[in-house]
Amino acid sequence: MEITLNWYLTLSALLFTMGVLGFLFRRNVIIMLMSIELMLNSVNLTLVALSQSMGDSAGQVLVFFVMSVAAAEAAVGLALIIAIFRNKLTVDITKINLFKY
Amino acid sequence: MWGDMAATLSLVIVSLAGLALVVFDAFNNRHVATPWIAGLALLAGFIFEIVGLGGPEGTAYSDMLRTGGSAAFVNALVLGSGVLTVILSVPYLKKIGHNIGEVYALILFATVGMLVLGAANNLIAVFVGLETMSICLYILTGFVRSESGSAESALKYFLLGAFSTGFFLYGIALLYGATGTMDFSAMKAGVEDGGGVMFWGGVSLLLVGFLFKVSAAPFHMWTPDAYQGAPTPIAGFMATASKTAAFGALIIILYKALPTERWTDVLAVFAVITMVVGNIIALSQQNVKRMLAYSSIAHAGYVLVGLSSGLVEGYSGALFYLMVYVIMNIGAFGVVALLEWDGKEGSEQTLDSLAGVGYRKPLLGWAMVVFMFSLSGFPPLAGFLGKWAVFAPAVDAGLVWLAIIGVLASAVSAYYYLRVLVVMFMKTETEASSKLADSFTIPRSSAAVIVLCVILLFVFGLTTSVIELTDGFFQSGSVATVLGP
Repeated sequence: MEITLNWYLTLSALLFTMGVLGFLFRRNVIIMLMSIELMLNSVNLTLVALSQSMGDSAGQVLVFFVMSVAAAEAAVGLALIIAIFRNKLTVDITKINLFKY
Repeated sequence: MWGDMAATLSLVIVSLAGLALVVFDAFNNRHVATPWIAGLALLAGFIFEIVGLGGPEGTAYSDMLRTGGSAAFVNALVLGSGVLTVILSVPYLKKIGHNIGEVYALILFATVGMLVLGAANNLIAVFVGLETMSICLYILTGFVRSESGSAESALKYFLLGAFSTGFFLYGIALLYGATGTMDFSAMKAGVEDGGGVMFWGGVSLLLVGFLFKVSAAPFHMWTPDAYQGAPTPIAGFMATASKTAAFGALIIILYKALPTERWTDVLAVFAVITMVVGNIIALSQQNVKRMLAYSSIAHAGYVLVGLSSGLVEGYSGALFYLMVYVIMNIGAFGVVALLEWDGKEGSEQTLDSLAGVGYRKPLLGWAMVVFMFSLSGFPPLAGFLGKWAVFAPAVDAGLVWLAIIGVLASAVSAYYYLRVLVVMFMKTETEASSKLADSFTIPRSSAAVIVLCVILLFVFGLTTSVIELTDGFFQSGSVATVLGP
């Protein structure tokens, strides 16, 4: 059986959905951060597959930017999580509720 | 390559100054020259863009960025907002004891992202600009990390911002798959084909990402929390410059890459939701910064009214509105920054603490009168002309109902804007507010910024020359690319 473009697109759509659901339903900030990384990486898979099938390099160029942005986001995100943990001694998103409405 | 650098000199100056500042700050921590370097670099970029206003449009870096035309206008707004933010930040950060050099370097890097975003001509450039801006703003929101309000607002802003980045990026990937290109002008072919599921899926995800960044309802949840916890001048910077850059990119995408009448209904629905939600929730706010955050949501709705008309007058009106909005909000946040007393970046301060301050500090009081009247859209201030510039094209496009809702929403907004003035001028002083008024003298630099904003609001309220300028961006030359085959 030949692996066609649609297989890659379906796989990345599934991974993206898993990332979205993980972000929406998990309460631990670190797992939410991991879900975001999963979303970004599923997009990378889409971009690489499309780029390969079209024979166009623009998609793969964007993947490099996405990887560096994801690294920067992880660095900033973990730093913020440490800052909030020092203040509140928790990373449960339901307990981080100083501001409302 | 050197020609490209000369064409985007403001970008080059600001990024080099940012890098230099990081190194300088490492050896001279909290040096008095740090804000000067940042401010002068931004000012140099601003002057460069102002000189280039109305010049010929072009592209740079292999069609990645646009120069001249609307890009120069948006960049000038972003850089001007940056200059004023740096000036307002110095006394504020000294007061809260966090006048650290990194803040100014981060403001410069965020500005670089905004310049790339506002001038983007390619989805890759949009993504890089958007993320450079956003990541710097996450840090700026939370840099007072010992304060739990600041850390919490930064975390919320970061989580929702990164989440929306995922949607935005997936939209780019699907659009790329459907059209085979990331370039705005080449992408237009996808609209002309009618597009498939992949195309329209990509467009809607892209739109969600943009609506999040401009804090349109129902994607506005992060805005009040982020503004309330952020240091006040930085909140002003986020409210004005980042929104201007994101709207600048959205306008160009709607105009160049995806010109179709289908936007009218979609954007009109979001405009209505945004105006109603922003204005209604703002009515019940006790914290001034939170009220201004909801007001900035409502103002995003007014800009969306202009965009939903689908006419070039609507796009140019939206650009004019953004300029007015930058001036009003930098001024209003500047006044609020001076009137803080709770030591927590104003995150717990209520409106009552401003009782009677208008008489004790007449400059701030009367400046606030101008800003509040302009925000609610009273003539002869620029806020009125701005609203006219976005509502009139909507009426021309047959969206009379939308313009009526917009005007009603502005009428509602007058209640919460004028309530600030009532508290400042008509309530008797309390002990707290009298202590507040005694506790500081207005720094000359902040006073100069506030007076400048007041003067500009009167000037731009009485002249339509800027609207004529923004009209020119969409009729000279580039119209042919929309109407052509």
